[in-house]
Amino acid sequence: MDSATTIAVASIVIAGITTGFGTMGPALAEGRAVATALTSLAQQPDASSTITRTLFVGLAMIESTAIYCFVISMILIFANPFWKHVIEQTAGK
Amino acid sequence: MHISPDEIIFWQHGFLKLNSTIVMTWALMLVLTVGAKIITYKISNDIKRSGWQNLLEILITGIEKQIRDVGVSEPKKYIGFLGTLFVFVGAASICTVIPGFDPPTASLSTTAALALSVFVAVPFFGVQEQGIGSYLKSYTKPTFIMLPFNIISELSRTLALAIRLFGNMMSGAMIVAILLTITPFIFPIFMTLLGLLTGMVQAYIFSILATVYIAAATRVKKKKTLTKQEKKHG
Repeated sequence: MDSATTIAVASIVIAGITTGFGTMGPALAEGRAVATALTSLAQQPDASSTITRTLFVGLAMIESTAIYCFVISMILIFANPFWKHVIEQTAGK
Repeated sequence: MHISPDEIIFWQHGFLKLNSTIVMTWALMLVLTVGAKIITYKISNDIKRSGWQNLLEILITGIEKQIRDVGVSEPKKYIGFLGTLFVFVGAASICTVIPGFDPPTASLSTTAALALSVFVAVPFFGVQEQGIGSYLKSYTKPTFIMLPFNIISELSRTLALAIRLFGNMMSGAMIVAILLTITPFIFPIFMTLLGLLTGMVQAYIFSILATVYIAAATRVKKKKTLTKQEKKHG
């Protein structure tokens, strides 16, 4: 394999792995957060507005880790700096 | 495929570029400001009022209540900033139903600008509320060792604000574009609906996080009265 193929293969495979593994943790964490929030909602329906707001903010915090992974895999696929470098080199020749 | 609307360029003259992000932001600003002006031009005080005025009143009182719930005692002071953030981000995500509209928040430049304005506004309101010495002292709480970590958290949360909004808005457009090539007819519509929902949730989260940061920066002085209140509620 020449270097261009290596970079392409590595980018695509790593992009998949990044999203796959990166969403695993946040998915578990969000499930736990929602489950706990539902339990406390069932116990204290009066505090629903506070619980819901805190839940949303917490979910956003948790979700942002998954979003970081997604952004990185999108960069690897659509705006890869290493791939651009290779393209520029071959175009220069 | 475009990863951000920055790459769609309408007009270019040397160094100056008019890309889709700028044009859509201007269009949104125009619609929001002119719309608000027209609605409040004939504002009425009695029961007879236009539906649009009702909509604006619901929006304003809703935002005010949310800000008060977070723990800011005078929401009127901050509603100009926080309400604008919510209305702009929310309008940007709702307007994605219009064909040909790219949400300006799907570009990292816009979200970075919004996050930077929060980054500047938090110390500004903090200093305004409790004075510069007292505000700077809050960085060394609970101990002096925490100073670098407090500064790092200030920077990282700004980065997180920008990347979160960008990632969510960009992923909505991107997923629909990818699905159009795989299952072209009905399924992308549902994803667009889901994108509308996440867009509104992100608008809510962006403004509520800004509110939480401002509340944390402005409230240190009144801690004793607050704990009493909390005890009462708890």
